[in-house]
Amino acid sequence: PSAGVKGITVEPLEYYRRFLKENCRPDGRELGEFRTTTVNIGSISTADGSALVKLGNTTVICGVKAEFATPSTDAPAKGYIVPNVDLPPLCSSRFRTGPPGEEAQVTSQFIADVIENSQIIKKEDLCISPGKLAWVLYCDLICLDYDGNILDACTFALLAALKNVQLPEVTINEETALAEVNLKKKSYLNIRTNPVATSFAVFDDTLLIVDPTGEEEHLATGTLTVVMNEHGKLCCLHKPGGSGLTGAKLQDCMSRAVTRQKEVKKLMDEVIKSMNQK
Amino acid sequence: MEVVMRADAKVRVESGTESSPRGPGCSLRHFACEQNLLSRPDGSASFLQGVAEKSQERLIRNTCEAVVLGALHPRTSITVVLQVVSDAGSLLACCLNAACMALVDAGVPMRALFCGVTCALDSDGNLLLDPTAKQEKKARAVLTFALDSVEQKLLMSTTKGLYSDAELQQCLAAAQAASQHIFRFYRESLQRRYSKS
Repeated sequence: PSAGVKGITVEPLEYYRRFLKENCRPDGRELGEFRTTTVNIGSISTADGSALVKLGNTTVICGVKAEFATPSTDAPAKGYIVPNVDLPPLCSSRFRTGPPGEEAQVTSQFIADVIENSQIIKKEDLCISPGKLAWVLYCDLICLDYDGNILDACTFALLAALKNVQLPEVTINEETALAEVNLKKKSYLNIRTNPVATSFAVFDDTLLIVDPTGEEEHLATGTLTVVMNEHGKLCCLHKPGGSGLTGAKLQDCMSRAVTRQKEVKKLMDEVIKSMNQK
Repeated sequence: MEVVMRADAKVRVESGTESSPRGPGCSLRHFACEQNLLSRPDGSASFLQGVAEKSQERLIRNTCEAVVLGALHPRTSITVVLQVVSDAGSLLACCLNAACMALVDAGVPMRALFCGVTCALDSDGNLLLDPTAKQEKKARAVLTFALDSVEQKLLMSTTKGLYSDAELQQCLAAAQAASQHIFRFYRESLQRRYSKS
């Protein structure tokens, strides 16, 4: 379809509708197509685990730092995983400096829910000595470029970074009761599942498009994010208001989420394999 | 139009709400509503059904934004304040119902009414509608849906825990059936209110 460039600034919704009528989008993608996804694992040497994910232009980097902490009294055999999503002004002009805005807080809460619901890491695995010492994993996700679909990028970055984390062996010296860290003996975390997020945007109450860009999110009448693991179990169905969806449309989303989960897992396994070969 | 949410959570524990009987033919707990009980705001409602967090506020706000006809009131701010009186489980669903009734009481034009329903899946895979706080804690998964009154489409959903695709469809169908009871309740309570005056 021939749509003039001035269409996008004067009447963006009409411009988009002309493309959607032909079942495609201005960047040439089909309605069910994801943008090019690239992942770079282990790039930050000062972090215990890191990953950089690019979904088209949207770029999120995740760094994981492991520190010691005392387990809480009501869960003495559990460690902690503390995610934090930062959307700094550098990623988009919609964000200002200062305390985290609503979007950052909601995304942080979403990532915390995904970690909790999917049981990606059992908190018991992070315990070193019950009641005395446990690991706390601080997962910091920073968006470097915001072009829509931040939830998918953050979930993928978190998963990849956690797969990259190596924790040193810790023994408690019985005489001094101090922890002794053996930096030469490191082991990977036990990642139990691979939750992958697939986001959709609802247009005009009827059309569902996958992996919306920033512009598409702005024009959409609703969004939906499905987080699925490899056993076909859902750990999150996040639909924060917006236009209504029927059960049948939800079913289509589920099938797309299953395909996406396999694609992402394959990509991550390839990258990890190529890293281990080096 | 800007919908601003502030959810204060002063919880007053009410005994007896856990053991209240479930209505006949419906697995939702007993619910009641009182409208127009505060004089200062334009509209108010107290919904008793068996958030202080930003995430919950956003869910409620986005659900309201989807149904309120904001284009009829440009340069207007609608503030919805939800005060938790007591929490006996299914809090988010109760908040959604209260928000909807308050918007109706205020006379805000909406394209549909909405209601909130919570489903819990226990470890055996049994479906529990409108779980109590204890049932929610023990459940394997808790799903909260907001459904519209026109076609029972899914407006909002938030879930906790792991569940399968088939279980999701099952919960959604149960929630859609239960929402009919809530919408009938809305209609009856509004009829009662306006027939008195």
